[in-house]
Amino acid sequence: MAATKKEPVEFTGAGPLNAPISGVLTWVDQRFPLMSLWRDHLSQYYAPKNFNFWYFFGSLAMLVLVIQIVTGIFLVMHYKPSAAEAFASVEYIMRDVPMGWFIRYMHSTGASAFFIVVYLHMFRGLLYGSYRQPRELIWIFGMLIYLCLMAEAFFGYLLPWGQMSFWGAQVIINLFDALPLIGPDLSTWIRGDFVISDATLNRFFAFHVIALPLALLGLVAAHIMALHEVGSNNPDGVEIKKHKDAQGRPLDGIPFHPYYTVKDIVGVVVFLFLFFLVVFFMPEMGGYFLEYNNFIPADSLKTPPHIAPVWYFTPYYSILRAITEDFMLVLAIGVAAYTALIWFTVRDRRIGMAAVAIGLVVIALMKGGIIEAKVWGVVMMGLATLIFFLLPWLDRSPVKSIRYKGPLFRTALTVFVITFIVLGYYGVQVVTPVGTLISQIGTLLYFAFFLLMPWYSVMDKTKPEPDRVTM
Amino acid sequence: MAKNMFKINKLIAVLLFVPALALAAGDHVQLDRAPIDEEDQASLQRGARHFVNYCLNCHSANYMRYNRLQDIGLAPQQILDNLVFTGVKVGDLMTIAMDPKDAKSWFGATPPDLSVTARSRASADGSGADWLYTYLRGFYRDAARPTGWNNTVYPNVGMPHALWELQGEQVLVERKVQGAGYLKTEMALKLDRPGTLSPAEYDEMVADLVNYMVFMGEPVRSDRKTIGMLVLTALGLLFLLVYALKKEYWKDVH
Repeated sequence: MAATKKEPVEFTGAGPLNAPISGVLTWVDQRFPLMSLWRDHLSQYYAPKNFNFWYFFGSLAMLVLVIQIVTGIFLVMHYKPSAAEAFASVEYIMRDVPMGWFIRYMHSTGASAFFIVVYLHMFRGLLYGSYRQPRELIWIFGMLIYLCLMAEAFFGYLLPWGQMSFWGAQVIINLFDALPLIGPDLSTWIRGDFVISDATLNRFFAFHVIALPLALLGLVAAHIMALHEVGSNNPDGVEIKKHKDAQGRPLDGIPFHPYYTVKDIVGVVVFLFLFFLVVFFMPEMGGYFLEYNNFIPADSLKTPPHIAPVWYFTPYYSILRAITEDFMLVLAIGVAAYTALIWFTVRDRRIGMAAVAIGLVVIALMKGGIIEAKVWGVVMMGLATLIFFLLPWLDRSPVKSIRYKGPLFRTALTVFVITFIVLGYYGVQVVTPVGTLISQIGTLLYFAFFLLMPWYSVMDKTKPEPDRVTM
Repeated sequence: MAKNMFKINKLIAVLLFVPALALAAGDHVQLDRAPIDEEDQASLQRGARHFVNYCLNCHSANYMRYNRLQDIGLAPQQILDNLVFTGVKVGDLMTIAMDPKDAKSWFGATPPDLSVTARSRASADGSGADWLYTYLRGFYRDAARPTGWNNTVYPNVGMPHALWELQGEQVLVERKVQGAGYLKTEMALKLDRPGTLSPAEYDEMVADLVNYMVFMGEPVRSDRKTIGMLVLTALGLLFLLVYALKKEYWKDVH
């Protein structure tokens, strides 16, 4: 199949014309592992040859990260992190700084683009089981990146100091208020004041431009190092390292450079086309990338009639709003049913007993009236993001890829994706009884996808995996 | 598998319609479409004049510089001669002399800065221009209000009708209209006392003013579209190149 495979193009700098370059490279290599880094991560990193459309989004996520960092640096040159000046400084960037509008629109569009790309990247993981053994740590680093990204977006959103910036932050920080005992003190500590103020803006600025970008870069490095240690998964979910040639190279692998560098560049150009289509022709994206209300300066005395977070948070916001006082009974029944399921299906009695004990405590807390529904909303919202971490251990299917998984998993994943979109839709809408009901059903389906996976992934009728990858 | 996919597609189709069913009708105002042409410099210039004459006394445009009006075809001297009354320099911002605190005691609320109002007033109901166009034509006499004015788009607004001499005085009247098989009552605006402009002339004047406010909300609007076309064209050409490169490298991978 791969008989006519090209040898990797090796940039050694060797050859009569390249003598000076070769000399410099040797000098550097004696002091820094330049050539070995190049080989390990690019020219001799063997990636499966059957990557499809879904495999563009990892490199695109890195591209967006670079766009955000570079545009961010230029924005900081003119932005003023002060409650009195922030809004005006953004308009100054939009009008008086040469090409400032371009930098700013790239940054605001980049924020949404980041989430689009990352959501598609995560979906790829779900499709092909990229989180499965031995890639659990890659998945965990990835999820940490996702959490950092959400924090980064949240902190950044306060900086333009518009009405949505202010009231969005107000809503989220007030969530902490609901926690028992420490709530009010905790939220004051986060704000650095009793209300969202200059102090809050300054600390959010510090987090947005220093703390989280540093954490993000470190995590991205860890994500890629872990990936290159075990090698990439592929749409068939089979290990290419099982079949190697005489030199120890995977038969179904091709060197990342030049094959995937030239391929990813195609993805980059298509992505940039769409990205700049938004930047130049619809930077507000119908009020989803730049919310209209945010063109009004923050006013602590005027609550906007309808506060909605930016679109990428709305699935979780829906879950938060779905947890009402009446819904607690349903949740408690859900916990009881789940506990019963574990008790009757898991043979190990110790696990069964632990599940019953935990289940009873959770039900007691839910129905005991000590913790109000609002807190459970926060808890469920938090769990909805954290539950992704467990995926490597929840999926017990004998195969990794959706290509060989059966109808149960396919249906579950389809329902999950629709649920995520529907929850996102209701997160931007004004609360209505029907909307709340649908969000509650959505919340149950969201968690069922994860929590029932150990059962349906095993019961599923899978197809046999091929021995080698298919193109 | 194909049959399976079909079932899943059907499921997706059904589920995607669920949200649409639940769309509840909110408190929406029917907005008129603003008949503006962002490329019409004469309209923008007339709008700038109206803005300076009628708005820029109580409302500021603190993020907008006078010399930005060069983008709508005015020379710096023209700007100074025709649009600047306060002795500021052409590179200065469109600020006003009124103290916000005084304004608050006079009007009940400080008149908002109008630099980006054309952007902030956009909503699912229509663009910011539509809102402004409907709003500025929606004032009517209301004895119950301190200013004597009310507005169909912005109920109980603090702003009096600044353009009343031009538009005249409207009143809100009940009107029977043909509904679906029955007559329904609707509130409608009626011109009670004409102003110096005919209704058609007034609409045109408001359209110019709104056109200017859209420009002022984002002065780079037309530039960015021009640059955008160049960027997208360049990326389109680059695509052909990188796609050919990819094809060349990958022709041996089977």
